Amino acid sequence: MINEKQFEKYNHIPQEKFTLVSNREIHDLKLDTKPVGYFKDAFRRFCKNKGSVVAAFIIIFLLLFAVVGPFVSKYDVAFNDLNLSYYLPKSKTFSFLGWDGYSKKVVSKTDYIILKAIEMETGENVIKKVYDSYDTESQQGPYIYHNTYYTVYLNSYTKSLMKYVQLTGEQYAALQKYQDDNELQIIYPIVSYAFDEGSLYKNDANVWYQIIDIPANPDPTKPIKPADRLNKGMPVGFTNTDSAEAALTGLQNAYIPYSGNDGYTSIMRVEENGEKQYDYARKVSGGNYLVRLNYNLYHDFLYGHGEPSFLFGSDKFGKDLFVCLSSGARFSLFFAICIAAINLFIGAIYGAIEGYYGGVADMAMERFSDILGNVPFMVVVTLFKLHIADKVGTVVTLLFAFVLTGWIGMASTTRMQFYRYKNQEYVLAARTLGASDRRIMFKHIFPNALGTLITSSVLVIPGVIFSESSLSYLGIINLSTGSTTSVGTLMATARGSLSTYPHAILFPAIFIALLMITFNLFGNGLRDAFNPSLRGSED
Amino acid sequence: MYLFKYILKRLGLMLITFFTIMVVCFVLIKLLPLPNVKVFGQDSNIIQMRREALGYGKPILEQFFIFLKSVIVRGDWGVGENMYFGSDVSEIFVQKLPATILVNIYSMLFSVPIGLALGIYAALKKNKWQDHFVSTGVMIFVSVPSYVYAFLIQYIFCFKLKWFPFLMQPCETLSDYLSWATFVSLIPAILSLSFGTIAGFTRYTRAELTEVLTSDFMLLARTKGLTKGQATVRHALRNAMVPIFPMIIGQFVGILSGSLIIESIFGIPGVGGLYVQSITAKDYNFFMLLSAFYIFIGLAAGIVVDISYGIIDPRIRMGAR
Repeated sequence: MINEKQFEKYNHIPQEKFTLVSNREIHDLKLDTKPVGYFKDAFRRFCKNKGSVVAAFIIIFLLLFAVVGPFVSKYDVAFNDLNLSYYLPKSKTFSFLGWDGYSKKVVSKTDYIILKAIEMETGENVIKKVYDSYDTESQQGPYIYHNTYYTVYLNSYTKSLMKYVQLTGEQYAALQKYQDDNELQIIYPIVSYAFDEGSLYKNDANVWYQIIDIPANPDPTKPIKPADRLNKGMPVGFTNTDSAEAALTGLQNAYIPYSGNDGYTSIMRVEENGEKQYDYARKVSGGNYLVRLNYNLYHDFLYGHGEPSFLFGSDKFGKDLFVCLSSGARFSLFFAICIAAINLFIGAIYGAIEGYYGGVADMAMERFSDILGNVPFMVVVTLFKLHIADKVGTVVTLLFAFVLTGWIGMASTTRMQFYRYKNQEYVLAARTLGASDRRIMFKHIFPNALGTLITSSVLVIPGVIFSESSLSYLGIINLSTGSTTSVGTLMATARGSLSTYPHAILFPAIFIALLMITFNLFGNGLRDAFNPSLRGSED
Repeated sequence: MYLFKYILKRLGLMLITFFTIMVVCFVLIKLLPLPNVKVFGQDSNIIQMRREALGYGKPILEQFFIFLKSVIVRGDWGVGENMYFGSDVSEIFVQKLPATILVNIYSMLFSVPIGLALGIYAALKKNKWQDHFVSTGVMIFVSVPSYVYAFLIQYIFCFKLKWFPFLMQPCETLSDYLSWATFVSLIPAILSLSFGTIAGFTRYTRAELTEVLTSDFMLLARTKGLTKGQATVRHALRNAMVPIFPMIIGQFVGILSGSLIIESIFGIPGVGGLYVQSITAKDYNFFMLLSAFYIFIGLAAGIVVDISYGIIDPRIRMGAR
């Protein structure tokens, strides 16, 4: 035992009694560099991985697209107009790349004449180019059918430009005023009843003419097809004797002659020599007017944002795919980030408790998460959907379903890290110093797991988006209401028209693919960067 | 002996897990209001009688025991109420199984050799351009969802080039399923399923093989005079196969569950489609059977992988202390 009194004399030693053992200067260089922390080091190593950096930039771009997209588009998500369905992607800037709303199509002669006639009537560009044409001949019963097909470069925005629209009196007057003010022609003369009675094209506003000569019977030994007679005056193409141009010169308009009792007084549409005038509307029941109009211009009149032009094209319902995709992406990303955060929170706490306390608590909790983890995701989603979807809505249902099993991976990661670190000396030291369990868990051990957890959280995001899009695609959940949509819903809507209008599925598919690739690359980069054991191994 | 004990223990645990999940599913389904049957008259009475026989209206626990008894004793999972009206649920299920198994077995037969070959190639050419090329491809194919390939394949091969039919050819008998025409009509689906699997195998094989190739015994093998090829085939590949093989076996069990989305895109009349249909049509009998199936497959795949590790790798002693 040391007597404390023995030390008393050492308690107050005057300063001058101290001398330096050596007068040598300390030659250690002062560190010029700043200390590098864990995250800084991780960041530095992440930056060395070029693929991941590129992926990170693409992710930023996709995020920007999702956030800004809805604001830059002139359409909103709720906008839909069935008259504008399946317009092709069109971009003013990139039109030279073929991104111009045109597509290569094979059309029959009948359709070719209709398209040419739209051009003649409205002066819009419908067919930019005719590549080639070929004749076909087929026999059915006693009749021989001749048809000519044209491969054309076709403008999807004008291929069925004219529409019949019913307007009220005020709307009709307003449209006329708009037309006169802007020196435009939107309304075109109405087509005669006598002409379209019983014809195939009765409801097609794009057919406004008669062909004067009935197509000649190609083979005099056989009777002419009865349908030809029925279609008298229609642009039928059952003959290969006359060329399309000849057919076009034979077009004669079938407008209703001006009757002078409709109250319409616009001076814009008259026959060139001023001799003929035509009716612009037909009174229908309820005092409304049936009007035949150029729908693209009418669209501008209705919504006031120019003629329709969809950067990513439009879908079945005439929705703008650009704004749908970007707001769907916004929803999906936001949703996935929320789930990743919730999973991280639950999983970290659960795994920390499991790993730190071990023993019986660990075993019981592990069994629980094991059982939960073995329930197939589809079963979870379905049960949640059946039980609570009506009460809380689809989005919340899906959120619950993702969270219910999603945290298990996080928990096992955390648990593993806790097992690895909980018996290390520094933890022992902390406990000796009197740190509480909670402090040791979250201040001393948990940060070790942070890198891994961040990586898994990032990788949760593409997983959630993938599952969500699969479920919407399969029709098990439906996230699309008037003003929200999701990427999976867009693809589900477009799948029916895959062969005819692939653009509707192309952009969502590209988006999903890009998102998955970049997120995986980014996540892998993060994983490597956060793994200190890999330090130096890349060089 | 250790292994045997271990297997028994795992099987017991699996049965407990399976049973627990099934009880929870059953209770949750029974808590729902009974769906209205969409048929009238005589047929509706049949359903009503079936329901009474299964104890509807009694306490849920009692219903569960009746359900359990009929499933275990008679293999009776009930009849379809909102779809395949009145036909035995398990019968329809068995009818749907061949298509799913077939397309997945084809896909495995296609992807295992290609995946292994690519992985071995990339590992042997490590850090050369060939390796980077394969690894980039793997990254892309692992990430992109299979339905995106499905769209591409359907558009390019089925629509533009017209090499394959759009949908799977309908089949009646087993010989129909195994016919050449069916195989051709399945090729798009097989391809779409395979890309991801191939990429997965490639990545795994490459990782395992590169690790083995750098180990000391490879150096020894070269020192004792084996050529690089001999050393790779006799020593490296065999050792790399130890972890790869269980993965393949696991995949084989896992594929039975099939791909819901690929089945729906290519019109394959498999269990996946049945499952989706049972969810949208709210037919709970079908739902119970198919859920049981999927839960079972998931559990079984896990166990098979674990056990095959023990059997294949002599270094691992399962259950030994």
